[in-house]
Order: sequence, then structure tokens, then C-alpha cells
Amino acid sequence: MSAILEVEALDVKIPLAHGILHPVRKVSFSVARGETFCIVGESGCGKSLTSLAIMDLLPKRAQRTAGRLAFAGTDLLGLAARRMEDIRGDRMAMIFQEPMTSLNPSYTVGNQLEEAFLRHRGGKRGAARERAVFLLEKVGISAAGSRLGQYPHQLSGGLRQRVMIAMALMCGPELIIADEPTTALDVTIQAQILHLLAALQREFDMGVVLITHDLGIVARVATRVAIMYAGQIVETGTVDEIFSRPLHPYTQGLLRCIPVPGRTRRGEHLGSIPGLVPNLVGEQRGCSFRNRCPHEFAACAGSNVALKSLAPERAYRCLLSPAQCATNALEAAE
Amino acid sequence: MSGAAPGTRPILETKAVACRFMVSAGMFRAARPLHAVNGVSLSLAKGDVLGLVGESGCGKSTLAKMLLGLVPPTAGEILYEGERMAGLDRIAIARGIQPIFQDPYSSLNPRKTIGAIIGLPLRVHRVGAAADVRRKVEAMMDLVGLARRFYGLYPSQLSGGQRQRVAIARALIMRPELVICDEPTSALDVSVQSQILNLLQDLRTELGLTYLLISHNLAVVEHMATRVAVMYLGRIVEEADTATLFATPRHPYTQALLASVLTPEPRLGLPDIGLGASFPNPLDPPPGCSFHPRCPQAMAVCRSVAPRPLADAAGRVECHLYDEAAALEEAS
Repeated sequence: MSAILEVEALDVKIPLAHGILHPVRKVSFSVARGETFCIVGESGCGKSLTSLAIMDLLPKRAQRTAGRLAFAGTDLLGLAARRMEDIRGDRMAMIFQEPMTSLNPSYTVGNQLEEAFLRHRGGKRGAARERAVFLLEKVGISAAGSRLGQYPHQLSGGLRQRVMIAMALMCGPELIIADEPTTALDVTIQAQILHLLAALQREFDMGVVLITHDLGIVARVATRVAIMYAGQIVETGTVDEIFSRPLHPYTQGLLRCIPVPGRTRRGEHLGSIPGLVPNLVGEQRGCSFRNRCPHEFAACAGSNVALKSLAPERAYRCLLSPAQCATNALEAAE
Repeated sequence: MSGAAPGTRPILETKAVACRFMVSAGMFRAARPLHAVNGVSLSLAKGDVLGLVGESGCGKSTLAKMLLGLVPPTAGEILYEGERMAGLDRIAIARGIQPIFQDPYSSLNPRKTIGAIIGLPLRVHRVGAAADVRRKVEAMMDLVGLARRFYGLYPSQLSGGQRQRVAIARALIMRPELVICDEPTSALDVSVQSQILNLLQDLRTELGLTYLLISHNLAVVEHMATRVAVMYLGRIVEEADTATLFATPRHPYTQALLASVLTPEPRLGLPDIGLGASFPNPLDPPPGCSFHPRCPQAMAVCRSVAPRPLADAAGRVECHLYDEAAALEEAS
């Protein structure tokens, strides 16, 4: 397995009037070619900022630091802006969450699709147009040729999202970062879009980083999963391990919150995680989840909790032993 | 027919209700009709939770607006407590039927305090003196799990889950009978969603509420609803009690919808739902059964004849596959 993306100790800090906001804290992971790596978490956990930091698209005042940030062996940290632009949109691309706001309303779909291709590959507009039609058909848009002259507002939400995906694929990227690519879509279209992404991934041996809060999607498409909470990865593992043997109390809590046919009884109370996420301004001490954790004890407030590695692809951030975590999960299920 | 057990009068009933909009086709062309809701008959009995599911653009929200008395139906009629809604006063309807909307960020006035937002219905309906209003609002805040110290705060100071609790408190302060929940948890995080669903369940038993639950999250509908109606292009194509509908979906569209649900079970992979073509243009609905271009089991008759509603003990379905007369015609 050759890693297409390596992230080590990625930090994002945003200076505010009343202190420093620290929304991404020492995040490390790697993604192999052909693999789907899912980052799961709720709003404000830093998952979107992590992806923007990798793409070097953070807002100006945000500061990015990392131990290592490499794409296909190329170090991205010291890369000049110009060189980064050469890679972004060409060899690594991003699918954004809101097709309504991430497409430019005053340019035609064709114009926006061709732009990246012309920037990276040069050549005639005709070639770019051909590629755009090819990809629009690939993402399941009928009458692709006639769509090129349309503006985003003339397309439905599902079509706009497909245009976004086609746009990300224009240059045949090796890595795609998809931030909630199907959140705004109907379930029927969601399944189609995910199918399409999986097929294209196999065809081009792409690495995919999928950012989502939908555990159903994660279960069905992920190879490996990272759960994020308050800017940190709190648990990683293969998709089977995360769903069958979740260790971190937050992961366990999330899995109890969703109704699952056959497991949750109709009309009965679902599990919940009371409380709110901590404020990430200023220095953090102790476990960030402790104020919402049902298993909190004195030591949790002490020093910061390290990510404990159990196996090469398995780690969790909790002071309890794996056996204790498993027992807690069983007790909560009863 | 649906929902109402014998002897109990439905709270709300729609009879072949329709809503047609005229859509402009350009400056020099005649406007074309869009049938957002096309002959829907539903009934809601006390204590029901009717789940309404369907893709965006199928008419769910237009139906909800008609039930709230915000959009008058262009055909058919809506009966509220046995009386024609068209003859009722807006205020009287609002007293009994209240909405909860999807987005707690845009459904609350950012310039009003939480107390003013929740208490507004009391003032509109001229219920109680000022001190009385405050007492009622605080009691309501206790009921939905909002701390009383939020009374003087503004929506921007609250989290998404707290705002949705405000929206619920505002909907319930007049003690309505029926609450129309339009995607009440779609804008919320997973852990907050479960809290709001639990709250809605508790309030339903505590206050004896009836819900119309509109959602595209079928897992949520299966968890909450007692009956489910499936809507496609302005029509209810299938209706049954929740257990029956999820165990034995009959309409091919219901089958496809249920197949597309991604339950959190690894190893199952992605479902192949074979709904190929995308949602049809509602301005130009297909002839016959409007689902036939996407239906894997479409027959010749489906292309020309619209299916009629068939009711039996299990529920109601609009599909030629279950119509013996159509099957005969197909065979001949």
C-alpha cells in the first residue's frame, strides 16, 4: 500500500480577539491509493478545517502547522503557493458540501468545468469541452452537451452535486477530498452518487477522504474510519472495528444515537450525548469529552489524554483500558 | 379509511385535495400549470404519527402548507375537526395546528429574545396578562428542556439543538392538537437529533399530540411514525402502518426508497436501487402512472393508464401490479 496522503500532527490555529481558537489539534492519518478514509464528527469538530488545511485553502488568518504533510511523497508544507496551485485541482481535488454556494452563479457549467482543465493541461478549449461532456455523462447527466451552456440555477440540487463531482474529476486526480458530498441530496440520489464515486475510485485507483456525519454512509463505503471530537481524532480503526467494537465513549455514544431497524425499538428513547462541545479557545486541559462522558473519573481532568495505539491501524484516546471500554459498551446496550 | 379507528373522528382529513400553481414559461408564452399536490386523501386521528416521505419536489411541503391553512387548495377540501378549513378563521386554525420547521437558524427571529419568540402566540391570541405570559412561557421552557436563564437571550446565543427546542416550545405554547413537523431534525447533529426525537416522543405522550412528520430520513420515520404515507409527484402512492410498510413495501417506488436507506451495517456495501432516470419534471409529468419511467416493473398499461387507489386491510396502494382489473387488461 503506497500512501497518497500523509498527515502528521496537523494543527490549525485561528487568532481571535479574545484568545487563540485551536480547532484542529495534532491530527495524524494517512490515506492509501484506492482506499476510502472516512472522517466522522459533528459540526465544529474540525473535520472540514482539516480538509481545507490539507488543500491549503484555509482562511487567511488561520495558521497551519504540521509535522509532515505530504501528497504522493511531495512535501506540501514548504511548497510555494504557485506550485501548490499546480497540484490542487489537478492531482488532488475537492468536492464541497454545498453545490449551491460553491458553483459560480454567473458562469455556465461548461465554463466552470473547463477552467481547471485549461489551467492545468492547457491546450484548446475543444479538448476541455470533450472531457467535460465525457465526465458529465459518466456522472449520469443526460444530454450532457446541452448542459454545458446552462447556469447553476437552472439545475436541480442533485445535478449540481454531480457537476461538482465531474469538476473534481476533470484532471483525473489521484486524491479526492469530499466534504459531505451527499448531505443535501435525496436518499435515492445519495445512493447513486456514492455508487458513482466508488466506481470512479476503482477505475482510477483514487484515494478518497470522505468527510461526513452520516454513520450509514460511513458503514457502507469506508475502508478505515477516524472519529473526530473537539479538533482531535479520538478513535481510528477499520470500518468493521469501529462499528462492532467501538472503544471511545464518544464513538459508542454516537452509535447509540441513531435509530437502527431491528436494534432500536420503535418509539423508544434513543441514546443521547447530553451537554455541549467544549470551547476551543485557549489552552485545553484533560480529556475534551469528559464533560459529556458517562464514565468520567478524576484523572480525566488531569493531563491531556494521548492517542493509544493498539494495532497499526487501531488507536483510541481514552484513559480506560480497551477491556473496560468494551464492558461499558455492553452495559450501555442493556 | 386511513388511521382513524372506528368511532374516533379524525382531527384532520383531506379529501382529494390538490394544489396547482401557474408557472411562467417566459415572457410571450402562456403560463403552464404545475400540479404540486394532485388528489391527496389522508386522515389523521388523535395520537397518530403520520410519516410523510418522498423525494424533494414531490409536494410534501406544499401539502404541509395547505394543512396549516397557509395555501388554499385549488381543488378538494380539508376538514379540520369535521369542519371545512376554507370557512375557518386563520387564528382558529393556528390555535389547533402548529408547525415546526427544518432550520432552527432561519425560523427564529434573530432580533427577538427567546421569551418573546415563545410567547408571541399567546399575545397574538390575546391569552393572559403580561405576568401570566411569562409564567406560561417559563413552564413551556421547562417542558422542552430549556433552562429559564435563556428567557432574555437571543437565538444567536443558542446552539442548534437549543434553537429547535425554542421552535418546539413556540409551536406547543397554545397547546395545539396537531403539530406538523417538516424535517425537524435534518439540520441537526446526530447526538442532538436523538435528543429532539426523544423530546418529541415524550411531548406526544404527555400532551396527547398528533404529528405529521415530514422527513427524508427513513430511519427516523420508521422509529417515530405509527403510519407512513409515501408521496410521489403530488400523489400518495402507498400508505400503510409503519410495521407493514417497512416489512412488506408494495409499491415499486416504496421498495426503491427503502432499498436506498443506508443503515449503519458495514459489509452490506452500497445498495443497487436501479431507479436510473432522475426525478421527472413536475411541469411535464409522464402520462399514465407518473412513476413508470423509473419503475423496474413497468408494464404496457402503466404507460397510458393512471393507476387507481386500491385499499385493503394492509393499507392503500396506487399501482397496476396490485390491480386485478389492470392485470386482466394487460393479459388480454
